[in-house]
Amino acid sequence: MSEALKDLGAHIGGECADSVKEFYVRHGELTIIAERDSILKLAKFLKDDNQCVFETLIDICGVDWPERNQRFDVVYHFLSMRLNQRIRVKIATNEATPVPSLIDLHPSADWFEREAFDMYGIRFSGHPDLRRILTDYGFEGYPLRKDFPLTGFTEVRYDDLEKRVVNEPVTLVQEYRNFDFLSPWEGMTKELPGDEKAEKEQADG
Amino acid sequence: MADDATPVDERKFTLNFGPQHPAAHGVLRMIMDLDGEVVDRIDSHIGLLHRGTEKLLEYKTYLQGLPYFDRLDYVAPMNQEHAWCLAIERLLGLEVPRRAKFIRVLYSEMGRILSHMLNITTQAMDCGALAPITWGFEEREKLMGFYERASGSRMHSAYFRPGGVHQDLPQDLIDDIMTFCDEFPIAIAHIEGLITENRIFKQRNVDIGVVDEKTIMEWGFSGVMVRGSGLPWDLRRSQPYEIYDEIPGDVFKVVVGNNGDNYDRYVCRMDEMLIANDIMKWCIENMPTGEVLLAGSKVSPPRRGDMKRSMEALIHHFKLYTEGFHVPEGEVYAAVEAPKGEFGVYLVSDGTNRPYRAKIRAPGYPHLAAMDHLCKGHMLADVSAILGSLDIVFGEIDR
Repeated sequence: MSEALKDLGAHIGGECADSVKEFYVRHGELTIIAERDSILKLAKFLKDDNQCVFETLIDICGVDWPERNQRFDVVYHFLSMRLNQRIRVKIATNEATPVPSLIDLHPSADWFEREAFDMYGIRFSGHPDLRRILTDYGFEGYPLRKDFPLTGFTEVRYDDLEKRVVNEPVTLVQEYRNFDFLSPWEGMTKELPGDEKAEKEQADG
Repeated sequence: MADDATPVDERKFTLNFGPQHPAAHGVLRMIMDLDGEVVDRIDSHIGLLHRGTEKLLEYKTYLQGLPYFDRLDYVAPMNQEHAWCLAIERLLGLEVPRRAKFIRVLYSEMGRILSHMLNITTQAMDCGALAPITWGFEEREKLMGFYERASGSRMHSAYFRPGGVHQDLPQDLIDDIMTFCDEFPIAIAHIEGLITENRIFKQRNVDIGVVDEKTIMEWGFSGVMVRGSGLPWDLRRSQPYEIYDEIPGDVFKVVVGNNGDNYDRYVCRMDEMLIANDIMKWCIENMPTGEVLLAGSKVSPPRRGDMKRSMEALIHHFKLYTEGFHVPEGEVYAAVEAPKGEFGVYLVSDGTNRPYRAKIRAPGYPHLAAMDHLCKGHMLADVSAILGSLDIVFGEIDR
């Protein structure tokens, strides 16, 4: 199984050498890291080549890595029903750089790209109708970015005086409790928790 | 008033459908551009049930994230949990005990009956038949009773756990499921007598919403939407998980339709319910004894008895339910054949006790995205029939 996937990866890497950066097989799944600008070419090859026949676009999603320069991964999953195989293609982008849209090749990319735009603010060039899809009308911000708080910024309620739904800044009686569960035994540093008190005490005399 | 120089086509107008409409199957809003009674364009507005499941999952441990999956496709909850558990198990490299695999398949097939039963009866209701839904819900109620007896909850069961299932099934429950399986084909025959040859139902559904192979590939269809058009594609058969590859071919047949219209999809769902019933029977007949949750592993709690005597067991119990277990770094895509199609979870782990990213691939999402494509040129009355046969549940589409 994984040998066949490796061969497939090598085949794709050989045919599209300019668009494939690297490929690997892990957990029985083939992943291709591709160049952003040639994703359209690669997807076309994956669809038409008779060893690939990835005709079904299963999913497009974003992953946010805020510490990276190219902070977003755009992850494509393709399926070939004919040859019963799957592939994952990953490209990297940032807030400003648009990704070529796959909508002409796979019409199903329409909603998937709208969702990635809605959730992460990833832009897709060539998409005819890049609107928000899951969030509310008039929503601001990109909720799945790592710097977007879980509680959000606004809350809605029905105002009985104004007779309409109003948006207000979110007020929390208690801060969202985000526990650090990571075990201190496994993440041991030189500095022990509480050591800073000893120094403080010395300084205070 | 329109200027005389610019003639307005009086046949063309825009109609708003939903978001609250009995045929919307939840909260779907559609802006329909009509030419007389013929649909020109449909712009679906979704997201009215968006709860941010994927964001919430990033802030919960793997075990705490599990119950959110019941709330996606709330018509067949355990099938969703299954994909989540498979993804975690694949990253951890766990092998589930054999009895747990049988129980998982048993309850997944139960979920399939739950979902198809809801779908065919509401589809009939969309076409004007009010009786089938009451008959179908009687059977669903029995199945939900089995859900409750296994997990304690009728719908939001949280029964499948990474490493197996939460609790073993008592023997009298297994006996009762067997009795249900023996009686179920009669109930199906009754419902079939109401709908299958019904003249109105046929007029509303035959040759409506025809899906061809090109549409399937281009729009990312899966499940019954594919099989109704004659393609024998079923993940349980082509990419088997658990024990689906051991089920003999005369028990587990992949049902396909011919024409790919609403009616064929209805017939496929009817047959799949009977086959799901056969698979349930086969699972009970062949169910081995043994563990149902990996014993002595990091992902499963210790036995109550051990916790009374062993300090380590007590610590393990505490750590499991507060910190949770750590999943090695990596990414994986696990898909199951949910009743509605391919339900997948793309899980990215950074090695901590929480998922870094979990993307839920709901089968209904691409199906609904193709609504505009499927309805173009159909009459307004066909829209609700097509929507009914897509098998839409908003819990999973809006996430």
